[in-house]
Amino acid sequence: MTEHSHASAAAPEHGTHVMPPSVLLGTAAALMALTVLTVVTSRVDLGEWNVVLALAIACTKAALVALFFMHLKYENRFQLVVLASAALFAALFVAFVVFDTVQYQPDIRAAETQAAPKGP
Amino acid sequence: MSDHAHGHAATAAGRPPEERFLAHHFPNMEAQLETSKLGLWLFLGSEVLFFSGLFVAYGVYRANHYALFHYAHHFLDWRMGALNTVVLVGSSVSAAWSVRCAQLGQRRGLRISLLLTLLLAGVFLVVKYFEYSHKLHSGIAWGAACKPSAEILASLPPAVQALPVPKDLGTFFSIYYLMTGLHGIHVLVGMGLYVWLIRRAGRGDFVPGYYVPVDSVALYWHLVDMIWIFLFPLLYLI
Repeated sequence: MTEHSHASAAAPEHGTHVMPPSVLLGTAAALMALTVLTVVTSRVDLGEWNVVLALAIACTKAALVALFFMHLKYENRFQLVVLASAALFAALFVAFVVFDTVQYQPDIRAAETQAAPKGP
Repeated sequence: MSDHAHGHAATAAGRPPEERFLAHHFPNMEAQLETSKLGLWLFLGSEVLFFSGLFVAYGVYRANHYALFHYAHHFLDWRMGALNTVVLVGSSVSAAWSVRCAQLGQRRGLRISLLLTLLLAGVFLVVKYFEYSHKLHSGIAWGAACKPSAEILASLPPAVQALPVPKDLGTFFSIYYLMTGLHGIHVLVGMGLYVWLIRRAGRGDFVPGYYVPVDSVALYWHLVDMIWIFLFPLLYLI
């Protein structure tokens, strides 16, 4: 109780947000639950969707860490813009290179097998 | 103000104690805090991009050699990876807690939470050490040096043993060692930073008006946790 009044007194003075223990522990519990979920879903064969699901869970976990542990939810919006744009460019980087290689690799392999001398 | 009981810290000039750490080129603590936060977030953005190159390597090899990746992941113990995920989440909670204690001026709580974060970071590296040494002793190295021993091959699930050992197995492990190794270096750096914070906290440097180092190191630490959140499913749970 005293901690809370203390927190609200300190907050406007320094322009900061003090995270309540319930939010910190709640975030941790959600992260643990999502870790269990990602292990469980990896054991079910969903074909190509396994990796999509794993990445979706990982992105949710990363968002929880950013919003609550890194208190982005309560920060100046500019900090969010910095992290989100870095994540966006990282995703574009990976996605475009993977699209490119998936599209052209079969052609390269076909050309290689044609060029290779016939085996004995 | 009486809440912030750190009486002896006030200087003869009557300045608030945190202003000992106000750099001369900033008009006030507020400006200093905002500037360092912005700088730190730009650094974290560059860290994301730094790791993205390795994620591209992973993506390209996985897209072209899915069978190899699926085969190789049997050499990784998902229980070790899951354990380390739990350890890192725990260390993130304690890092976030240390920021809370610093903001509230709880010195004892601050020292305990900083120490706990350092300890859990150490546990992470010990688990990683056992994983690395087990692999290297079994011939699971990177690149062309990757020659799995008969012993470790015999420990694979029967369905996997029936498959021939892919000749490019080392490619997966090059990516594995690079990604987890770069992450591990970040953990080591984080441990160094926590040792520094513990020393400063013991000295009583941090007060509710000055806790930038605690906050900055915690943000860095959360990013290290975040990267592991992606590495765990991508490497251990293919």
